[in-house]
Amino acid sequence: MAETATAWQLIIGGDPTLFAILRLSLVVSLSAVAVAALVGMPFGALLALTSFRGRGAVVVVLNGLMGLPPVVVGLGVYLLLSRSGPLGDLGLLYTPSAMIIAQAVLVLPIIAALARQTIEDLWRDYRDEFVAMGVGPAERVAALVWDGRYSLLTALLAGFGRAAAEVGTVMIVGGNIDGFTRTMTTAIALETSKGDLPLALGLGILLVAVILVVNAAAWTLRSVGEAGRTA
Amino acid sequence: MRHQVFHELPLVLDAVSLRAGSVAILDRVDLSIEAGAPILVIGPNGSGKTSLLRVAMGLTVPTDGRVLWGGRLAAPPVRRAFVFQRPVMLRRSVLANVTFSLARAGCPWAQRRSRAEALLERVGLADLAGRAAPALSGGEKQRLALARALAREPELLLLDEPTANLDPAAARRVEAIVGEAATAGVKIVLATHDLGQARRLAGEIVFMTHGRVRERGAAPAFFAAPSTPEARAFLAGDIVL
Repeated sequence: MAETATAWQLIIGGDPTLFAILRLSLVVSLSAVAVAALVGMPFGALLALTSFRGRGAVVVVLNGLMGLPPVVVGLGVYLLLSRSGPLGDLGLLYTPSAMIIAQAVLVLPIIAALARQTIEDLWRDYRDEFVAMGVGPAERVAALVWDGRYSLLTALLAGFGRAAAEVGTVMIVGGNIDGFTRTMTTAIALETSKGDLPLALGLGILLVAVILVVNAAAWTLRSVGEAGRTA
Repeated sequence: MRHQVFHELPLVLDAVSLRAGSVAILDRVDLSIEAGAPILVIGPNGSGKTSLLRVAMGLTVPTDGRVLWGGRLAAPPVRRAFVFQRPVMLRRSVLANVTFSLARAGCPWAQRRSRAEALLERVGLADLAGRAAPALSGGEKQRLALARALAREPELLLLDEPTANLDPAAARRVEAIVGEAATAGVKIVLATHDLGQARRLAGEIVFMTHGRVRERGAAPAFFAAPSTPEARAFLAGDIVL
Protein backbone atom coordinates (compact mmCIF):
# COMPACT_ATOMS: atom_id res chain seq x y z
CA MET A 1 0.00 0.00 0.00
CA ALA A 2 1.19 3.49 -0.84
CA GLU A 3 0.11 4.80 2.58
CA THR A 4 2.32 2.32 4.37
CA ALA A 5 5.35 3.24 2.27
CA THR A 6 4.80 6.95 2.96
CA ALA A 7 4.33 6.19 6.66
CA TRP A 8 7.73 4.46 6.80
CA GLN A 9 9.31 7.39 4.94
CA LEU A 10 7.97 9.76 7.63
CA ILE A 11 9.45 7.62 10.39
CA ILE A 12 12.80 6.94 8.73
CA GLY A 13 13.10 10.55 7.51
CA GLY A 14 12.64 11.74 11.11
CA ASP A 15 9.60 13.89 10.36
CA PRO A 16 9.70 16.67 13.00
CA THR A 17 5.93 16.83 13.51
CA LEU A 18 5.82 13.10 14.05
CA PHE A 19 8.61 13.09 16.60
CA ALA A 20 7.32 16.15 18.48
CA ILE A 21 4.05 14.30 18.95
CA LEU A 22 5.92 11.16 20.05
CA ARG A 23 7.93 13.14 22.58
CA LEU A 24 4.85 14.76 24.11
CA SER A 25 3.05 11.42 24.32
CA LEU A 26 5.97 9.83 26.13
CA VAL A 27 6.38 12.74 28.55
CA VAL A 28 2.66 12.75 29.40
CA SER A 29 2.24 9.00 29.83
CA LEU A 30 5.49 8.40 31.73
CA SER A 31 4.80 11.35 34.05
CA ALA A 32 1.28 10.07 34.65
CA VAL A 33 2.61 6.60 35.53
CA ALA A 34 5.22 8.13 37.85
CA VAL A 35 2.60 10.20 39.69
CA ALA A 36 0.20 7.25 39.89
CA ALA A 37 2.99 4.97 41.18
CA LEU A 38 3.99 7.48 43.86
CA VAL A 39 0.43 7.43 45.21
CA GLY A 40 -0.76 3.99 44.13
CA MET A 41 2.14 1.80 45.34
CA PRO A 42 2.03 2.96 48.99
CA PHE A 43 -1.76 2.89 48.92
CA GLY A 44 -1.76 -0.66 47.56
CA ALA A 45 0.82 -1.73 50.15
CA LEU A 46 -1.18 -0.14 52.96
CA LEU A 47 -4.35 -1.86 51.80
CA ALA A 48 -2.52 -5.18 51.57
CA LEU A 49 -1.12 -4.98 55.10
CA THR A 50 -4.00 -3.54 57.10
CA SER A 51 -7.36 -4.90 58.09
CA PHE A 52 -10.33 -2.72 58.89
CA ARG A 53 -14.09 -2.77 58.54
CA GLY A 54 -15.12 -2.40 54.92
CA ARG A 55 -11.70 -3.43 53.57
CA GLY A 56 -13.33 -5.97 51.26
CA ALA A 57 -15.52 -3.26 49.77
CA VAL A 58 -12.50 -1.00 49.20
CA VAL A 59 -10.69 -3.84 47.40
CA VAL A 60 -13.73 -4.54 45.21
CA VAL A 61 -14.16 -0.86 44.33
CA LEU A 62 -10.44 -0.49 43.61
CA ASN A 63 -10.44 -3.55 41.35
CA GLY A 64 -13.56 -2.24 39.62
CA LEU A 65 -11.93 1.14 39.01
CA MET A 66 -9.29 -0.60 36.88
CA GLY A 67 -11.94 -0.59 34.19
CA LEU A 68 -12.71 3.14 34.43
CA PRO A 69 -13.78 4.41 31.00
CA PRO A 70 -11.21 7.01 29.87
CA VAL A 71 -13.87 9.41 28.60
CA VAL A 72 -15.52 9.43 32.02
CA VAL A 73 -12.19 10.22 33.71
CA GLY A 74 -11.65 12.91 31.07
CA LEU A 75 -15.03 14.39 31.80
CA GLY A 76 -14.44 14.33 35.56
CA VAL A 77 -11.04 16.03 35.30
CA TYR A 78 -12.48 18.47 32.75
CA LEU A 79 -15.18 19.50 35.24
CA LEU A 80 -12.52 19.97 37.93
CA LEU A 81 -10.19 22.04 35.77
CA SER A 82 -12.67 24.03 33.69
CA ARG A 83 -12.90 27.77 34.33
CA SER A 84 -15.98 27.38 36.53
CA GLY A 85 -14.66 24.23 38.24
CA PRO A 86 -13.07 24.06 41.72
CA LEU A 87 -9.54 24.05 40.29
CA GLY A 88 -10.34 26.37 37.38
CA ASP A 89 -8.16 29.18 38.71
CA LEU A 90 -5.06 27.09 38.06
CA GLY A 91 -5.66 27.49 34.33
CA LEU A 92 -4.55 23.95 33.59
CA LEU A 93 -7.24 22.89 31.14
CA TYR A 94 -5.89 22.23 27.63
CA THR A 95 -2.30 21.92 28.86
CA PRO A 96 -0.02 18.86 29.08
CA SER A 97 -0.32 19.11 32.88
CA ALA A 98 -4.06 18.50 32.62
CA MET A 99 -3.36 15.43 30.49
CA ILE A 100 -0.87 14.11 33.05
CA ILE A 101 -3.40 14.60 35.85
CA ALA A 102 -6.16 12.86 33.90
CA GLN A 103 -4.00 9.91 32.87
CA ALA A 104 -2.66 9.56 36.41
CA VAL A 105 -6.24 9.30 37.69
CA LEU A 106 -6.97 6.71 35.02
CA VAL A 107 -3.91 4.60 35.80
CA LEU A 108 -3.87 4.97 39.59
CA PRO A 109 -6.42 2.20 40.29
CA ILE A 110 -4.57 -0.22 38.00
CA ILE A 111 -1.25 0.30 39.78
CA ALA A 112 -2.79 0.35 43.27
CA ALA A 113 -4.91 -2.76 42.68
CA LEU A 114 -2.06 -4.81 41.16
CA ALA A 115 0.35 -3.63 43.88
CA ARG A 116 -2.15 -4.64 46.54
CA GLN A 117 -2.51 -8.12 45.08
CA THR A 118 1.23 -8.62 44.69
CA ILE A 119 2.11 -7.46 48.18
CA GLU A 120 -0.76 -9.31 49.81
CA ASP A 121 0.24 -12.61 48.18
CA LEU A 122 3.85 -12.13 49.23
CA TRP A 123 2.84 -11.15 52.75
CA ARG A 124 0.79 -14.32 53.09
CA ASP A 125 4.00 -16.25 52.34
CA TYR A 126 6.24 -14.16 54.57
CA ARG A 127 3.99 -13.43 57.53
CA ASP A 128 5.03 -16.19 59.96
CA GLU A 129 8.73 -15.81 59.19
CA PHE A 130 8.53 -12.04 59.62
CA VAL A 131 6.70 -12.31 62.93
CA ALA A 132 9.28 -14.86 64.08
CA MET A 133 12.11 -12.56 62.99
CA GLY A 134 10.52 -9.57 64.71
CA VAL A 135 10.26 -7.50 61.55
CA GLY A 136 8.67 -4.10 62.26
CA PRO A 137 5.96 -2.47 60.11
CA ALA A 138 8.23 -0.13 58.12
CA GLU A 139 10.80 -2.88 57.49
CA ARG A 140 7.96 -5.14 56.41
CA VAL A 141 6.77 -2.74 53.70
CA ALA A 142 10.32 -2.13 52.50
CA ALA A 143 11.12 -5.85 52.33
CA LEU A 144 7.86 -6.74 50.58
CA VAL A 145 8.23 -3.98 48.00
CA TRP A 146 11.85 -4.96 47.37
CA ASP A 147 11.17 -8.70 47.09
CA GLY A 148 8.09 -8.04 44.96
CA ARG A 149 9.81 -5.50 42.74
CA TYR A 150 9.59 -7.50 39.53
CA SER A 151 5.89 -8.15 39.94
CA LEU A 152 5.40 -4.48 40.82
CA LEU A 153 7.24 -3.55 37.63
CA THR A 154 4.55 -5.47 35.75
CA ALA A 155 1.94 -3.30 37.48
CA LEU A 156 3.76 -0.19 36.22
CA LEU A 157 3.86 -1.63 32.70
CA ALA A 158 0.14 -2.31 32.80
CA GLY A 159 -0.36 1.30 33.84
CA PHE A 160 1.92 2.60 31.11
CA GLY A 161 0.19 0.50 28.48
CA ARG A 162 -3.16 1.88 29.51
CA ALA A 163 -1.92 5.49 29.57
CA ALA A 164 -0.08 5.34 26.28
CA ALA A 165 -2.93 3.69 24.42
CA GLU A 166 -5.92 5.71 25.61
CA VAL A 167 -7.37 8.58 23.63
CA GLY A 168 -10.51 9.65 25.53
CA THR A 169 -9.06 11.54 28.50
CA VAL A 170 -6.30 13.40 26.67
CA MET A 171 -8.73 14.39 23.95
CA ILE A 172 -11.15 15.92 26.46
CA VAL A 173 -8.73 17.68 28.85
CA GLY A 174 -5.93 18.33 26.35
CA GLY A 175 -8.03 19.48 23.45
CA ASN A 176 -5.72 18.00 20.79
CA ILE A 177 -4.09 21.38 20.12
CA ASP A 178 -1.55 21.15 17.30
CA GLY A 179 2.01 21.35 18.59
CA PHE A 180 0.93 21.73 22.22
CA THR A 181 -1.36 18.97 23.45
CA ARG A 182 -1.52 16.68 20.44
CA THR A 183 -0.49 13.14 21.40
CA MET A 184 -0.06 10.08 19.24
CA THR A 185 -3.49 8.69 19.94
CA THR A 186 -5.39 11.95 19.41
CA ALA A 187 -3.33 12.65 16.29
CA ILE A 188 -4.14 9.21 14.88
CA ALA A 189 -7.84 9.78 15.49
CA LEU A 190 -7.67 13.21 13.86
CA GLU A 191 -5.51 12.29 10.86
CA THR A 192 -7.66 9.25 10.15
CA SER A 193 -10.83 11.32 10.09
CA LYS A 194 -9.08 13.91 7.88
CA GLY A 195 -7.97 11.17 5.54
CA ASP A 196 -4.19 11.67 6.08
CA LEU A 197 -3.61 7.96 6.37
CA PRO A 198 0.22 7.94 5.99
CA LEU A 199 0.69 10.19 9.04
CA ALA A 200 -1.91 8.21 10.99
CA LEU A 201 -0.23 4.95 10.06
CA GLY A 202 3.23 6.27 10.85
CA LEU A 203 2.04 7.36 14.27
CA GLY A 204 0.34 4.02 14.78
CA ILE A 205 3.53 2.12 13.96
CA LEU A 206 5.54 4.37 16.31
CA LEU A 207 3.02 3.98 19.11
CA VAL A 208 3.13 0.20 18.96
CA ALA A 209 6.93 0.33 18.73
CA VAL A 210 7.18 2.56 21.80
CA ILE A 211 5.02 0.23 23.86
CA LEU A 212 7.09 -2.75 22.72
CA VAL A 213 10.37 -0.98 23.52
CA VAL A 214 9.23 -0.04 27.02
CA ASN A 215 8.12 -3.61 27.69
CA ALA A 216 11.35 -5.00 26.28
CA ALA A 217 13.34 -2.68 28.55
CA ALA A 218 11.37 -3.88 31.56
CA TRP A 219 11.88 -7.49 30.54
CA THR A 220 15.62 -6.95 30.22
CA LEU A 221 15.76 -5.28 33.62
CA ARG A 222 13.96 -8.23 35.15
CA SER A 223 16.13 -10.83 33.42
CA VAL A 224 19.34 -9.07 34.40
CA GLY A 225 18.08 -8.73 37.98
CA GLU A 226 17.17 -12.38 38.26
CA ALA A 227 20.40 -13.51 36.63
CA GLY A 228 22.22 -11.35 39.18
CA ARG A 229 20.56 -13.24 42.00
CA THR A 230 21.65 -16.61 40.75
CA ALA A 231 25.16 -15.61 39.71
CA MET B 1 23.83 -7.67 70.94
CA ARG B 2 21.37 -4.96 71.84
CA HIS B 3 18.78 -6.99 73.77
CA GLN B 4 21.17 -8.95 75.93
CA VAL B 5 19.39 -7.81 79.07
CA PHE B 6 16.20 -9.70 78.22
CA HIS B 7 15.85 -13.40 78.79
CA GLU B 8 13.46 -15.72 76.99
CA LEU B 9 13.90 -18.47 79.60
CA PRO B 10 12.27 -19.80 81.58
CA LEU B 11 9.41 -20.14 79.13
CA VAL B 12 6.24 -20.85 81.06
CA LEU B 13 2.92 -21.98 79.63
CA ASP B 14 0.34 -21.51 82.33
CA ALA B 15 -2.96 -23.37 81.74
CA VAL B 16 -2.77 -22.62 78.01
CA SER B 17 -5.73 -23.63 75.87
CA LEU B 18 -6.28 -23.03 72.20
CA ARG B 19 -9.73 -23.62 70.80
CA ALA B 20 -11.08 -23.50 67.27
CA GLY B 21 -14.85 -23.53 67.71
CA SER B 22 -15.64 -26.48 69.94
CA VAL B 23 -12.35 -28.27 69.19
CA ALA B 24 -9.58 -27.99 71.76
CA ILE B 25 -6.28 -27.89 69.86
CA LEU B 26 -4.41 -27.31 73.11
CA ASP B 27 -6.13 -28.33 76.31
CA ARG B 28 -4.92 -26.67 79.55
CA VAL B 29 -1.23 -27.17 78.92
CA ASP B 30 1.15 -26.38 81.78
CA LEU B 31 4.77 -26.47 80.76
CA SER B 32 7.92 -24.84 82.04
CA ILE B 33 11.02 -24.79 79.89
CA GLU B 34 14.38 -23.92 81.44
CA ALA B 35 17.89 -23.86 80.04
CA GLY B 36 19.43 -27.25 79.48
CA ALA B 37 19.35 -30.26 77.21
CA PRO B 38 17.08 -30.36 74.11
CA ILE B 39 13.39 -31.02 74.61
CA LEU B 40 11.80 -33.20 71.95
CA VAL B 41 8.06 -32.84 71.59
CA ILE B 42 6.60 -36.07 70.24
CA GLY B 43 3.15 -37.42 69.64
CA PRO B 44 0.88 -38.52 66.81
CA ASN B 45 -0.29 -36.18 64.06
CA GLY B 46 -2.89 -33.76 65.31
CA SER B 47 -1.76 -34.04 68.91
CA GLY B 48 -1.00 -30.31 69.08
CA LYS B 49 2.79 -30.26 68.64
CA THR B 50 2.81 -27.48 66.05
CA SER B 51 0.28 -25.41 67.99
CA LEU B 52 2.31 -25.81 71.16
CA LEU B 53 5.42 -24.51 69.42
CA ARG B 54 3.55 -21.63 67.75
CA VAL B 55 2.14 -20.56 71.10
CA ALA B 56 5.59 -20.89 72.65
CA MET B 57 6.98 -18.60 69.92
CA GLY B 58 4.15 -16.08 70.26
CA LEU B 59 2.95 -16.71 66.70
CA THR B 60 -0.43 -17.87 67.95
CA VAL B 61 -2.23 -16.27 70.85
CA PRO B 62 -3.88 -18.86 73.09
CA THR B 63 -7.61 -18.68 73.78
CA ASP B 64 -6.99 -19.11 77.52
CA GLY B 65 -4.02 -19.11 79.81
CA ARG B 66 -0.77 -17.20 79.89
CA VAL B 67 2.62 -17.50 78.23
CA LEU B 68 5.62 -15.92 79.95
CA TRP B 69 9.06 -15.47 78.47
CA GLY B 70 11.62 -14.83 81.19
CA GLY B 71 8.75 -13.58 83.35
CA ARG B 72 7.39 -11.22 80.68
CA LEU B 73 3.94 -11.44 79.09
CA ALA B 74 3.41 -10.75 75.39
CA ALA B 75 7.15 -10.32 74.87
CA PRO B 76 8.16 -9.77 71.24
CA PRO B 77 10.70 -12.29 69.93
CA VAL B 78 14.15 -11.04 70.82
CA ARG B 79 16.37 -14.00 71.53
CA ARG B 80 14.02 -16.75 70.45
CA ALA B 81 13.83 -18.11 66.94
CA PHE B 82 11.64 -20.50 65.00
CA VAL B 83 12.31 -22.95 62.20
CA PHE B 84 9.19 -23.96 60.28
CA GLN B 85 8.42 -27.32 58.75
CA ARG B 86 8.32 -25.58 55.36
CA PRO B 87 10.52 -22.50 55.73
CA VAL B 88 9.74 -19.59 53.43
CA MET B 89 12.77 -18.27 51.59
CA LEU B 90 12.96 -14.54 50.98
CA ARG B 91 13.23 -13.91 47.23
CA ARG B 92 16.84 -12.93 47.59
CA SER B 93 20.23 -14.58 47.60
CA VAL B 94 21.15 -17.11 50.26
CA LEU B 95 23.53 -14.57 51.80
CA ALA B 96 20.87 -11.83 51.77
CA ASN B 97 18.45 -14.11 53.62
CA VAL B 98 20.95 -14.31 56.47
CA THR B 99 21.93 -10.63 56.45
CA PHE B 100 18.21 -9.73 56.60
CA SER B 101 17.81 -11.80 59.74
CA LEU B 102 21.01 -10.35 61.21
CA ALA B 103 19.73 -6.83 60.55
CA ARG B 104 16.45 -7.57 62.32
CA ALA B 105 18.41 -8.93 65.28
CA GLY B 106 20.27 -5.61 65.54
CA CYS B 107 23.61 -6.63 64.04
CA PRO B 108 25.52 -3.52 62.92
CA TRP B 109 25.74 -3.10 59.15
CA ALA B 110 29.51 -3.36 59.01
CA GLN B 111 29.56 -6.81 60.61
CA ARG B 112 26.64 -8.35 58.72
CA ARG B 113 28.46 -9.76 55.76
CA SER B 114 31.23 -11.46 57.69
CA ARG B 115 28.82 -12.84 60.28
CA ALA B 116 26.47 -14.09 57.55
CA GLU B 117 29.37 -15.84 55.85
CA ALA B 118 30.38 -17.46 59.12
CA LEU B 119 26.81 -18.66 59.67
CA LEU B 120 26.62 -20.10 56.14
CA GLU B 121 29.92 -21.86 56.82
CA ARG B 122 28.40 -23.29 59.98
CA VAL B 123 25.41 -24.79 58.11
CA GLY B 124 27.46 -25.88 55.09
CA LEU B 125 26.03 -23.41 52.57
CA ALA B 126 29.06 -21.17 52.06
CA ASP B 127 29.41 -22.30 48.44
CA LEU B 128 25.82 -21.32 47.66
CA ALA B 129 25.94 -17.81 49.17
CA GLY B 130 25.14 -16.10 45.85
CA ARG B 131 22.38 -18.50 44.80
CA ALA B 132 18.72 -17.44 44.77
CA ALA B 133 17.31 -18.85 48.01
CA PRO B 134 13.96 -20.02 46.54
CA ALA B 135 15.91 -22.26 44.11
CA LEU B 136 17.56 -24.30 46.89
CA SER B 137 16.70 -27.94 47.56
CA GLY B 138 14.54 -28.86 50.55
CA GLY B 139 17.48 -29.78 52.75
CA GLU B 140 19.42 -26.65 51.80
CA LYS B 141 16.38 -24.47 52.53
CA GLN B 142 16.08 -25.99 55.96
CA ARG B 143 19.76 -25.38 56.67
CA LEU B 144 19.38 -21.78 55.49
CA ALA B 145 16.38 -21.42 57.78
CA LEU B 146 18.64 -22.65 60.60
CA ALA B 147 21.31 -20.09 59.67
CA ARG B 148 18.65 -17.35 59.74
CA ALA B 149 17.43 -18.56 63.12
CA LEU B 150 20.95 -18.82 64.57
CA ALA B 151 21.64 -15.30 63.28
CA ARG B 152 19.33 -14.11 66.04
CA GLU B 153 21.76 -15.58 68.62
CA PRO B 154 18.79 -17.29 70.20
CA GLU B 155 18.57 -18.36 73.78
CA LEU B 156 15.57 -20.49 72.73
CA LEU B 157 15.24 -22.18 69.34
CA LEU B 158 11.92 -23.79 68.43
CA LEU B 159 11.80 -26.19 65.49
CA ASP B 160 8.60 -27.63 64.06
CA GLU B 161 9.27 -30.96 62.33
CA PRO B 162 12.28 -29.49 60.54
CA THR B 163 13.17 -32.76 58.83
CA ALA B 164 9.69 -34.09 58.00
CA ASN B 165 10.11 -33.45 54.27
CA LEU B 166 13.78 -34.40 53.99
CA ASP B 167 15.59 -37.56 52.98
CA PRO B 168 17.62 -39.27 55.73
CA ALA B 169 20.97 -37.75 54.70
CA ALA B 170 19.58 -34.22 54.61
CA ALA B 171 17.80 -34.85 57.91
CA ARG B 172 21.07 -35.94 59.55
CA ARG B 173 22.80 -32.74 58.44
CA VAL B 174 20.02 -30.70 60.02
CA GLU B 175 20.24 -32.77 63.20
CA ALA B 176 23.99 -32.21 63.35
CA ILE B 177 23.53 -28.42 63.20
CA VAL B 178 20.81 -28.55 65.85
CA GLY B 179 23.05 -30.73 68.03
CA GLU B 180 25.95 -28.26 67.73
CA ALA B 181 23.66 -25.37 68.65
CA ALA B 182 22.47 -27.29 71.71
CA THR B 183 26.07 -27.95 72.73
CA ALA B 184 26.77 -24.24 72.33
CA GLY B 185 24.07 -23.51 74.91
CA VAL B 186 20.98 -22.81 72.79
CA LYS B 187 17.84 -24.27 74.34
CA ILE B 188 16.28 -26.51 71.69
CA VAL B 189 12.60 -27.40 71.60
CA LEU B 190 11.96 -29.62 68.58
CA ALA B 191 8.72 -31.27 67.52
CA THR B 192 8.99 -34.50 65.57
CA HIS B 193 7.14 -37.70 64.91
CA ASP B 194 10.42 -39.44 64.04
CA LEU B 195 11.24 -41.56 67.08
CA GLY B 196 14.77 -42.21 65.86
CA GLN B 197 15.39 -38.48 65.77
CA ALA B 198 13.89 -38.12 69.23
CA ARG B 199 16.27 -40.76 70.58
CA ARG B 200 19.27 -39.15 68.89
CA LEU B 201 18.65 -35.59 70.04
CA ALA B 202 16.60 -35.69 73.20
CA GLY B 203 17.58 -34.73 76.65
CA GLU B 204 13.98 -34.57 77.66
CA ILE B 205 10.75 -35.80 76.07
CA VAL B 206 7.39 -34.08 76.07
CA PHE B 207 4.74 -36.53 74.88
CA MET B 208 1.42 -35.15 73.64
CA THR B 209 -1.93 -36.53 72.58
CA HIS B 210 -5.18 -34.65 71.97
CA GLY B 211 -3.72 -31.25 72.80
CA ARG B 212 -2.47 -32.34 76.21
CA VAL B 213 0.97 -32.99 77.61
CA ARG B 214 0.70 -36.57 78.79
CA GLU B 215 4.26 -37.18 79.88
CA ARG B 216 7.40 -35.25 80.44
CA GLY B 217 10.69 -36.64 81.55
CA ALA B 218 14.28 -37.54 80.82
CA ALA B 219 14.58 -39.32 77.47
CA PRO B 220 16.23 -42.56 78.63
CA ALA B 221 13.59 -43.10 81.30
CA PHE B 222 10.78 -42.29 78.89
CA PHE B 223 12.00 -44.67 76.22
CA ALA B 224 12.74 -47.42 78.77
CA ALA B 225 9.51 -47.19 80.69
CA PRO B 226 6.81 -44.82 79.48
CA SER B 227 4.18 -44.38 82.16
CA THR B 228 1.04 -43.91 80.07
CA PRO B 229 -0.56 -46.61 77.88
CA GLU B 230 -0.74 -44.07 74.99
CA ALA B 231 3.01 -43.53 75.11
CA ARG B 232 3.64 -47.27 75.29
CA ALA B 233 1.44 -47.76 72.24
CA PHE B 234 3.08 -44.84 70.42
CA LEU B 235 6.57 -46.22 71.05
CA ALA B 236 5.45 -49.67 69.97
CA GLY B 237 4.37 -48.18 66.67
CA ASP B 238 0.68 -48.66 67.29
CA ILE B 239 -1.77 -46.05 66.14
CA VAL B 240 -2.68 -43.82 69.05
CA LEU B 241 -6.22 -42.47 68.83
